[in-house]
Formats: sequence, structure tokens, C-alpha cells
Amino acid sequence: MRDLAKRFEWVKPRAVASADGLPALDVPAAHLAVFAVALRDEWGFDLLTDMAGCDWGVDADPGSRFGVVYHFARSNGGALLRVSCLAGPNEGGDAVVLPSLAKDFASADWFEREIFDLFGVSFEGHPDLRRILMWEEYEWHPLRKDFPLAGREAALPSGDAASMGGGLDRVAVAPMEGGPFVSAEGGGSPRNGEPRGADQSWADDRGAGENRCDHV
Amino acid sequence: MSRPSTDFGQAGTDNGEVVVTRLDAAINWVRANSVWPMPMGLACCAIELMGSGGSRFDISRFGMEVMRFSPRQADCMIVAGTVTYKMAGIVRRLYDQMSEPKWVVAMGACASSGGLFRTYSTLQGVDRILPVDVYIAGCPPKPEALLDGMLLLQEKIRKEPSAKMLFRGRGD
Repeated sequence: MRDLAKRFEWVKPRAVASADGLPALDVPAAHLAVFAVALRDEWGFDLLTDMAGCDWGVDADPGSRFGVVYHFARSNGGALLRVSCLAGPNEGGDAVVLPSLAKDFASADWFEREIFDLFGVSFEGHPDLRRILMWEEYEWHPLRKDFPLAGREAALPSGDAASMGGGLDRVAVAPMEGGPFVSAEGGGSPRNGEPRGADQSWADDRGAGENRCDHV
Repeated sequence: MSRPSTDFGQAGTDNGEVVVTRLDAAINWVRANSVWPMPMGLACCAIELMGSGGSRFDISRFGMEVMRFSPRQADCMIVAGTVTYKMAGIVRRLYDQMSEPKWVVAMGACASSGGLFRTYSTLQGVDRILPVDVYIAGCPPKPEALLDGMLLLQEKIRKEPSAKMLFRGRGD
């Protein structure tokens, strides 16, 4: 790591240490491509094991809201290195562009498509930057912090959607209350949050006052 | 056997030379005992579905071991897993390609109601696009639960007015 910092003056160790103790670096977007190739050819980090998109929050400085954390591994010797990179501005001034590593690391191809799909970060020089999980016509990037978990109303994927029965013509907002997996807000007894739990007739022979849900 | 004895009778002077029955009973007897499932395995429920096909649980005891991956040859679509909106159209198309009569089993919480995936990408229950006959609870349901659901489906098939439907088309 010291060699790296000596060679590239713009490489900075991250201010906050990783909880798992991995070495972590900050690299500016402008130098990322050069850095990654040097890392592969000179330091032997020949495998890009993971890329994680980050949205640092709607309150973050607009110039440093989106970023990507790269995990490089050295197949000979087993070292791991974490590299964080904030996205640079596009033509419109939004900071959502990073250089693509797909030409130098084959694994980056689909990682970058996924981050493009879910965070809306685009990768310059990617051979085929399309959505990979959501459908092409989807309008949003669902893992951004300002996107609600329940989703938004949207048009269904084209093609097969036309034949769908049951009156389903649009993507609906998912219900966030009720149902088998949602308990009461504030951590109260599940009986309060679950209407069908109100029927306790099955427990009548267990003695008055005994509530088998109260331990939760 | 749980079959009511009134469905079948013997006629003639010699023992059992002629068997008389209702048309419904005969058709349903055939259908219920050879439900060919189409495994729509989309998530972890599919693993339990595979377990049901193995020798320990042995779904072939009930005539359902013939898993058909072609919708044209299947009677019963077992939706085993999370249906995303992107997959929903494909599931519906496969259902449309199955020949009548056909049934649908929603296996597990995700297929029944979206399960724990209250999210932007997940269809909140496969009954929004398909007519579901049997819902099976569980996350994922054990093979015993699947078999129970399939036996329930058999019971349902046995009660259908099949002869009438022969001339009308199911669901009219």
C-alpha cells in the first residue's frame, strides 16, 4: 500500500478504517482506469471479485453522492484490496459517471450493468450498458436512497405483459402494512399488527390471560 | 380408499363383468390420479419441490411424478418461488400455453402473497395473474406440505363437473 501511495500521489488511504480490517484506498474517478491496470499488471491483483454501488444519501454533497467500491483480489498470494471511487460529473453536471473496467476485468461487465440499473451510475466505455435486472423501460433506479422500498407505479415490461390476466396492467406499489411478515410498528405485540392474530379461539383452552405471542 | 362407494357399481349376473359409474366420476378419477405438474421453480421453494420428487417423499405415489417442462404436456402449474414483475409475463404466457384442463398451485409465501418481498420488483401474489386453485403456506413449505396441497388439489379435481365442462370449456 505504501508503494502504491508512493507511485500515485492521488491514492489516499481511506479515512475510516474498514471494519473487517481490509486495506482500503480512495482513488479519484479520473485515474481509476490507469490505477486498476497498474494494480493488475504490477501488483498482481488480477481478479475483480466485487463491485458495490453506493448512494451516500440524499443529503450528501451532490458532487460526491454516488460512488462504487471495488474489491480486488490477488490470485497468487491471496491478498484483498478495497478501492473506493466517487463518481464524476456527466455532461449535465450530475456526478454519476465512472470509467468502465470491463475491458480490463471481464467480471466488471455485469457488475457495471447492475450498478447502472440500480443506482443510475453510468460507466464510460462499457461495451453494452443496458439494464440487467429491471426491464428496459423502467424509469427509476430502485436502490437510490430517494426511491421508496415499496416501489412506484410503473408500466409492466412490454411483450408478455399484454397477455396477462387478473386485471394486472401496471406495477403496483407494494403494501407495507399487514400480511404475514409485517408486525406492528414500534415492536409491539404481533397480535396488534396482525388482524388475523386477533382470533385467539385456538388458544382458549390454554387458560385465561396467557398470551403466547407476548414473548416476541 | 376415500372414494365414496356410490361412484362405482357392478352390473350383470356374473361378478364384475360390467362396471357402471357416472361420467364425472370416471373422468375425474383419471384426471386426479395423473396430475402432471409443470414445475415453475423460481426460488428456494423449487428445492423443496425437487425434494418431493425424490425417493424419501416420493410424489409418484400420487401419480404426479411426471414433471413436464413443456407446458403443452402439463396439467398443473406449481408456482414455486418469488414471481418478479419481469418474470410475471413469462409465467402467464406459459400458463396460457398449457392445454385444458389445467390447474395452478401457489407454493409458498412468495407465490401466494409476495411473501417477505414487499418491494418494487415483486408481484404481490401470483393470483394477480393466474387463477390459483390451491395455496400452500410455508417459507418454503416442506415436501409434506406440498403433498398435502396436491392431495387437496386431487380432492378438488374429484368434485368438478367434468362432463359438463367437456362441452363448454373450463372456466366459462
